[in-house]
Amino acid sequence: MLTKNAAGVTARKRLAMTVNGRAVEIEIDIRESLLDVLRDRLQFTGVKQGCSVGECGACTVLLDGTPVNSCIYLAAWAHGKTVTTIEGIAQDGQLSPVQEAFVEEGAIQCGFCTPGLVLSTTAMVESGHSFTHDEVRRELSGHLCRCTGYQKIVEAAERALRDAEKAVDESPV
Amino acid sequence: MFDICELHEPETLLEAKRIFHDNPDLKVIAGGTDVLIRMQHGSLGGAGLLSLRSIRELEEIQMLGDGTLSIGAMAPFTKIFQDDLVQKHVPVLSEAAVSMGGPQVRNVATIGGNLCNGAVSADSASTLFALDALLKLETLDGERIIPMGDFYAGPGKVNLGPGELLVAILIPREGYEGMGGRYIKYAMRKAMDIATLGVAVVCKVRDNRFAELRIGLGVAAPVPIRCFEAEAYAKGREITLECVQEIARLAVKPSRPRTSWRASKDYREHLIEVLAQRAVAEAVKRAGGCCAH
Repeated sequence: MLTKNAAGVTARKRLAMTVNGRAVEIEIDIRESLLDVLRDRLQFTGVKQGCSVGECGACTVLLDGTPVNSCIYLAAWAHGKTVTTIEGIAQDGQLSPVQEAFVEEGAIQCGFCTPGLVLSTTAMVESGHSFTHDEVRRELSGHLCRCTGYQKIVEAAERALRDAEKAVDESPV
Repeated sequence: MFDICELHEPETLLEAKRIFHDNPDLKVIAGGTDVLIRMQHGSLGGAGLLSLRSIRELEEIQMLGDGTLSIGAMAPFTKIFQDDLVQKHVPVLSEAAVSMGGPQVRNVATIGGNLCNGAVSADSASTLFALDALLKLETLDGERIIPMGDFYAGPGKVNLGPGELLVAILIPREGYEGMGGRYIKYAMRKAMDIATLGVAVVCKVRDNRFAELRIGLGVAAPVPIRCFEAEAYAKGREITLECVQEIARLAVKPSRPRTSWRASKDYREHLIEVLAQRAVAEAVKRAGGCCAH
C-alpha cells in the first residue's frame, strides 16, 4: 500500500486502531508520529512529550501490550493495533493496582515520567512472569526521571508485581 | 512531524522488492529507532520511505534443515533476546541483544536495521561477526549470501546495491555448535547508551585447549572487526592465564580506535586488552574449560 505525498500535497492515510478499549478511526498525515496523533488529535495528553528521540520514555504507550516510545513510532504503523495510554489504566474511576502501588510507595514527584513508568510496570505485571530486582531495573531502564526518584519507582514496581503474584496465589483454582 | 514525502507499506517481501526495484532512491525503514531520530535531528529529510514493518515473514527465527539458524532481518531485539532457539544455540547473541538501548527501543528496533545502519557500535554486529554469520541479501532479480566481513564498507556504510534488501542473518552450524560465548559492552550507563567498546568472543574447548576462538570488536576501528591474529595464536594452545593474556594483547593489534568525546584512542586500546581477556576467560568457562593456572 502506497501513501504518496506529491509536492506540497499532504499525504493522508486512514488509521483504524483501538485506543483504551475504544475503536478509533481517523484520517492522519503520514508524517505524524503516534505521539502526535494521541496527544493532538485524540487529546490523550497523559502521553508526555519529553525528548522526542526515544531516550526518556515519557511518551511510552502499550502497543498490543508492549511498551514502545510513541515519539519515534509512525502513527501509520498503529493501524489495526491496540493502544493503551495512561488514560486507559484506571477503570471506572478506580486506580489500577499498579497505580495504587505508585501512590503507596510515594513513587511520584513532578509526575512527568509517571504515565510511562506505570505503563511499563503494567506490561510487566500483565506478562505474568516474575522478575528479579535487576530485571525490574532493566525493564524500567528506558525511562528517565529527572527528579531522580528511581528508588521509590523500583519499589513501587516490585510491590505491584508482588501484589499481582499474591492475587494469583489466592485466587480459587 | 517527520519530513516524509511518501510511505510505502508492502505486506510481502516480493512486493517490497518490486517497489524497491522501481524506486531505488527510497529509504528503507525497519524499526525506525534510527531513521526517525535522524529525521527528528534534521540530518535526514524529504525522504520517501519503504517500511518493512508489515512484512511478517521477515520476523521469523528458525532452524533450517542443515542446522543453520536463520534470523529474519525484521526480528526485534526483544524477540531475539527471548527466543528459545537463540537462547539454546547462540546465548551470546541473546546477551548482545539485551544490551542494546532500553526495553521500549528493543521492542521495535530490529537486528537488520541495526546492521544496515552500518554503525560500528552496533551491539549485534561484533557478535554476529564472531559467530561467522552470513547475510542473505535479495533484490527482485536474485539473492546473494555474503559474510559479515564483506558487508561493511566504511563508517555508516554497508554494501547494499540498488534495490537490495537484507532479508535474513544466517548462522551456520559450524559458527555456533559447541561454542561458549561472551559479549561485553562497555558504556557509561547500563542502558540507553552506545558502546564505548564492544567485545564478542566465542570459543570451543577440547582437552582444555582452544579448538577454536573467534573475537569480534565494535568501536575498535571504523567498522566492526575480527582479531584473526589472536584467533590463529589461540588455536590448539593450552588454555592458561598467560595464553589468555597474550590473546588479549594480540586482539589490540588489528584495532584502529579513534579519539572521540566518549573515550580516547589510548583508553579504547586499554579497554580492548582488558575486556578481551575477561571475555575470553568467561567464554572459556561457558565452553566447559578453565583458564586458571
